[in-house]
Amino acid sequence: MTRRNALSPDLKRKLYFDMLLVRRAEERIQSEYHLREMRSPPHLYMGHEAVAAGVCAVLRKDDVVFPYYRSHGWYLAKGGDLDAMMAELFGKETGCSGGWGGSMHLIDLAAGVMGTSAIVGGTISHAAGAALSFRIRGRDSVAVVSFGDGAIEEGVFHETLNFSSLRKLPVIFVCENNLYATNTHIRDRQGRPEIHPHAERFGLPGVLADGNDVVAVHSEAAKAVARARAGAGPTLLEFQTYRIFEHCGINEDHELGYRTLDEVRAWKAKGPLEQGRHLVSEAEIQRMEAEIGARIDRAFAYARSAPFPTSLFAEGAAR
Amino acid sequence: MKFREAVRDATLQALESDPTVFLIGVGIIDPRAVWGTLTGALEKFGPDRVVEGPLSENALTGMCVGAASLGMRPVLIHHRIDFVLLTMDQLVNHAAKWRAMFGRQQHVPMVVRAVVGRGWGNGPQHTQSHHALFSHVPGLKAVVPSNPRDAKGLLIAAIEDNDPVVYIEHRWLHEDEADVPTEYFSTPIGRAAVVRRGGDVTLVAAGPMVSESLKAAQALQNAGISAEVIDLRTLRPLDSDTILTSVAKTGRLVVADSDWAPCGIAGEVIARVAEEAFDALKARPVRITWPDSAVPSSQAIEAQFYPGAREIEMAAVQVCEKQKDDFVKSTIKHFEGPF
Repeated sequence: MTRRNALSPDLKRKLYFDMLLVRRAEERIQSEYHLREMRSPPHLYMGHEAVAAGVCAVLRKDDVVFPYYRSHGWYLAKGGDLDAMMAELFGKETGCSGGWGGSMHLIDLAAGVMGTSAIVGGTISHAAGAALSFRIRGRDSVAVVSFGDGAIEEGVFHETLNFSSLRKLPVIFVCENNLYATNTHIRDRQGRPEIHPHAERFGLPGVLADGNDVVAVHSEAAKAVARARAGAGPTLLEFQTYRIFEHCGINEDHELGYRTLDEVRAWKAKGPLEQGRHLVSEAEIQRMEAEIGARIDRAFAYARSAPFPTSLFAEGAAR
Repeated sequence: MKFREAVRDATLQALESDPTVFLIGVGIIDPRAVWGTLTGALEKFGPDRVVEGPLSENALTGMCVGAASLGMRPVLIHHRIDFVLLTMDQLVNHAAKWRAMFGRQQHVPMVVRAVVGRGWGNGPQHTQSHHALFSHVPGLKAVVPSNPRDAKGLLIAAIEDNDPVVYIEHRWLHEDEADVPTEYFSTPIGRAAVVRRGGDVTLVAAGPMVSESLKAAQALQNAGISAEVIDLRTLRPLDSDTILTSVAKTGRLVVADSDWAPCGIAGEVIARVAEEAFDALKARPVRITWPDSAVPSSQAIEAQFYPGAREIEMAAVQVCEKQKDDFVKSTIKHFEGPF
């Protein structure tokens, strides 16, 4: 409780607001996807909201995040433009990637959201490169990369941890361990299904925390960011969380049999918004709902009315 | 100035003139300094700009993408282009995509400097060319200098370019010597050079095949055949205009490529000529390429592997429908090991 009380009312509101924004925006994507206007397969973040919200609340605008294809949460929590995100999902020219990326490839450079990759583990090394560039330029910004539990099975994860530790780079590795790579459980993929101990091997701190508790996420992220900014090097944060809907798409998927409805229900009950309910009053939630609802209405209207891109070779085709 | 000295000259001048340029790679602080191409760089620019990397080529490539997407100009150095295959995810799925995939608001101004290792006995995994692989991918550029002047000018151009450029450097050419301007200059990417004028046949080549083509052209002159030699210099984007202009004049085409034939640059050059200048052709074009085989190690069969001036000359004679029996004897070049 002391930890919770240490947060200012403003920060508590921000944490809850950011989680609620992601939840409501994705619920709207979910409810309107059948209209076939959005033709960009969404990897819904719902269930993970505390991770992006908790980490991004620690970051400055000049810090950068390198999300992965489950990118809506990180994009919005870091301050990415909602209108441009929705226009991107609608495939419009005014989308954040001009209609070239879609849901898996969001970007908002002004907000410090770097381009996201649809290749598992694809941006892990990008964050180390960003951190190296901060070092070369003498800046005290930090780089954060997020990825799932499957990404740590890629060689580039280990390659990047090693180099980042060697050079004490200002980078924070955030693993959202939701137990499944698509529909395969971590037990069926990893000889030792624990993620944070990998850090020790490379000489950096590895931390395990409840990724559905936004206060815990914020607290661990604050330590890691302070450490990185001070020049003491990288941290690996493993946040245990859970994806509520299917790997890609808008539906529930327990009927596939790889997980049970009971398991999904149990995780939903301890979800980020449920656990974070204590952060704000009922009246505050009402105000947030109104503001978020209006923002989402506006973003969808913007996306619908925006023009499609017209030419494949707007810049001229080079053979 | 030797070819390898020209590479060093370009590298040091780029580091000097632009603080966003840095070098990174496996073994680049080795005392041998990548065949002397980086001698003095670490001492002058320090470990933050001459960054020794662990043997983690894919991560190093991704780090270059990350740094470049924030405005840096990394030069990633590989002792062997064969090692670049470990990085194809970052190079093809990421670096090459970043500009298009984010609506052209991101640029990845990085250079992958990769050395083709032909020396002696390097065998199947240390001598491949692979330039066609990189030339296949939208979003990448690929350059292959054939001489010391272009070695410098194209490396500076690659560093200045806002897209990822694969700079393919043949160690076979490292000791070649020529006049190279000492000042900072660039050779434009995307433009071939006509390095010898002629009217009977067009010889198109890149990298080490350019000097072989020039030798062949000299020998052809003795047989009364006037050969025009084009040094492609850039493989992507390919300078079609220079090729088409020449073939429109000569009507005959021999393409010499130090790589395999299937889906390769030689085939690409011929396809463009067939599409754009078919009516100008007086004879069927010919490709001179590597045999469809891995590169062998033994000196006995290595000599059979590499085509050179003799094969180019014979092909040119054939397309010109002339008779000739005193072809260039050999393409053996003086080379001192040990590897």
